[in-house]
Amino acid sequence: MAIEEKRAWIMAVVAVAGYASYLLLVLGRWDGGALAEARYADALLWTVGAAVVAAIALNILVAVTGEPGSTLRDQRDREIERFGDHVGNAFVVIGALAALLMALGGLAHFWIANVIYLGFVLSAVLGSAARIAAYREGFQPW
Amino acid sequence: MVKPKPTRVTNQIRTLRFAEDEMTQARLAELIGVTRQTVIAIEQGRYSPSLEMAFQIARVFRVGLEDVFQYPEEAP
Repeated sequence: MAIEEKRAWIMAVVAVAGYASYLLLVLGRWDGGALAEARYADALLWTVGAAVVAAIALNILVAVTGEPGSTLRDQRDREIERFGDHVGNAFVVIGALAALLMALGGLAHFWIANVIYLGFVLSAVLGSAARIAAYREGFQPW
Repeated sequence: MVKPKPTRVTNQIRTLRFAEDEMTQARLAELIGVTRQTVIAIEQGRYSPSLEMAFQIARVFRVGLEDVFQYPEEAP
């Protein structure tokens, strides 16, 4: 497996695990009242921070445990990375637009922060899924 | 997920490697400056290389581009 495919898997797994942990933390604190009043900011910051640290640590691990020369990136890797970014960026834009509309509509900070976070998670997961599919199923850059 | 559009471009890289004293995929990758996974993907038709990379591959085997890559006529 190409190292860049391993990195795509790391990104997808870490993003899903981080978001699942966040949802469990926030829903665990929810007292059944208005969800927008649940405490979420510390859980969001901790899970994002932990996901970033985990992704960095796992990327270092696959780099040092790979065979010599396995960290080489070539034209195909760069093209597939651009393709994954292209897919993922769409969800960042959708999240930002949704947050803008929510802010204009006067919704609670809870919903605005959560829709942005969800946009980032979807971007990471679907961008990684596109990269993994390109490595496994084939990729024609034209 | 949508299947990628298959390429009609075929290649003779595997045959040429064997004719070239059973050159390994790793050696070909080293000669053209890509990863072994990329050579495998090209051989299996899962990746279409750039024109420049195609010329580099042909140069390794000292043959013309069309001896390495073919683009068959579409059936009527």
